[in-house]
Amino acid sequence: MPKVPTGIDGLDQVTRGGLPKGRPTLVCGAAGCGKTLMAMEFLVRGATQFGEPGVFITFEESPEELAANVRSLGFDLDRLVAEEKIAVDFVRVEPSEIIENGSYDLEGLFLRLGFAIDSVGAKRIVLDTIESLFGGFTNQALLRSELRRLFRWLKDRGVTAVITGERGDGALTRQGLEEYVSDCVILLDHRVNEQVSTRRLRIVKYRGTSHGTNEYPFLIDEKGMSVLPLTALGLEHAASDERVSTGIPKLDAMLGGKGYYRGSSILVSGTAGTGKTSLAAQFTAAACARGERVLYLAFEESPGQLYRNMRSIGVDLESHAKKGTLRMHASRPTLLGLEAHLVLIHKMITEFDPTVVILDPISNLMSAGTSLDASAMLLRLIDVLKSRNITAFFNHLNSGGDAVETTDVGVSSLIDTWILMRHLEVNGQRNRGLYILKSRGMNHSNQTHEFLLTDRGIELRDAVGERKSTTR
Amino acid sequence: MTTENYDAKLGEIWELRLYTAGQTPKSLTALANLQRICDEHLRGKYRIEVIDLMANPRLAKDHQIVAIPTLVRKLPEPLRRVIGDLSDTERALVGLELRRAT
Repeated sequence: MPKVPTGIDGLDQVTRGGLPKGRPTLVCGAAGCGKTLMAMEFLVRGATQFGEPGVFITFEESPEELAANVRSLGFDLDRLVAEEKIAVDFVRVEPSEIIENGSYDLEGLFLRLGFAIDSVGAKRIVLDTIESLFGGFTNQALLRSELRRLFRWLKDRGVTAVITGERGDGALTRQGLEEYVSDCVILLDHRVNEQVSTRRLRIVKYRGTSHGTNEYPFLIDEKGMSVLPLTALGLEHAASDERVSTGIPKLDAMLGGKGYYRGSSILVSGTAGTGKTSLAAQFTAAACARGERVLYLAFEESPGQLYRNMRSIGVDLESHAKKGTLRMHASRPTLLGLEAHLVLIHKMITEFDPTVVILDPISNLMSAGTSLDASAMLLRLIDVLKSRNITAFFNHLNSGGDAVETTDVGVSSLIDTWILMRHLEVNGQRNRGLYILKSRGMNHSNQTHEFLLTDRGIELRDAVGERKSTTR
Repeated sequence: MTTENYDAKLGEIWELRLYTAGQTPKSLTALANLQRICDEHLRGKYRIEVIDLMANPRLAKDHQIVAIPTLVRKLPEPLRRVIGDLSDTERALVGLELRRAT
């Protein structure tokens, strides 16, 4: 089936190329789920990116309201209308103003659609939402036969149409629009769980083509809609032989002499104050110094606080941020749902194209969802990162009572290199110790090393207890 | 509406617009029904303008027409809209306020 790209971030991947060309697609969901915005983005992207002018037929909002609503997505509807790339027609049906007497049809609507299509040479059209007609006219049988005629007419005109519909009780739409639109049906959903909202998209049906069948989380922000494609990457990603320095020569030595594998996932876990963030910062600074781009997602500290604290151990993150090789994004995990975080991270990765991504700490994401959700999200994130050969560095804060070798997010099996940070009490002193629990594909040290946070960075000492030549 | 108002309205010139889309049977029926009603109730005091939207589709947008045929009473105010072929004369009279609803 020929398709036209929507230009909506991620949606064309989920639909394997876009919406069915020259046919209607039904986009349905409850009020406030983002139907109108999605439909508008389909038109705007068509007009601006694919040379396909479009028509927006609005049944509920006036053109002024519509323009104001989509301005928040960065779309200048008035300009597109002035440039004759988009035509807007507000079909207002006010039942209190209309008296029915004898037989009629909706030829006036057809003429308006035809006129709007011809005025800009439209290839795309949106009807938002045609169900309003059912409130305006009493003759339901006539409306249904006119709707059937309308969808046939749209197909004959060869325009790619998006029809929106409000979700009904036990049905996709209140008026059963799915009966008329048989090619492609997309369901949008907006759920709020423990005060955190998540938007999801699902392709209910797409005739004659394969498509993703999952629920895909999506975001609506100032740049429009972005759907997280979550394609089934499985375990097919290529593994890199390239190694990257940890930024600490002695830690490199412990990891087979060369550091982490590029594109691997690294977990650093430990209780509070064991030096996890310092390890992340050191790795960040080393990557930036090599000219790589690092995306640092801080869930606990503000950028300013991180810069100050890391400066005290001789690691200057701020200058890398100023140069643009480091992008710091600090946010509270509870601000968004887990999936929304995932979409946001995915979006930042796509925009910034980093080689290293730091999440500090992932344990905080737990507070934004259940443990099962959190590990599912991390699995998806690791898939995304691995497919792009991005080295992922996760910090995990163990709470006091936890066994040191557990991560409550339950991701350890997805991790390639796992470093344990702990407090060691030696000779009445409480010191920091570091131990490599596992590191796939390399001959790594099996000893606990004491380490110091000095004003020149992290300094690893020889192995604890057994300071002999056998230490690596 | 008070009786006084009602009679005053009957004294004015009525401006009626019938929107059609080509010479369809429904449109022709509507026009014939309208003419008959006006001749009976508004003799010499009405003007009917037929607007064929097929010839000028822009007016469908500008005048908010969806259903065909649509009859609009422009004067006397307020504006009234009746859709359909006006086959129910009683309803048409009430709709146009040529007869009070009983």
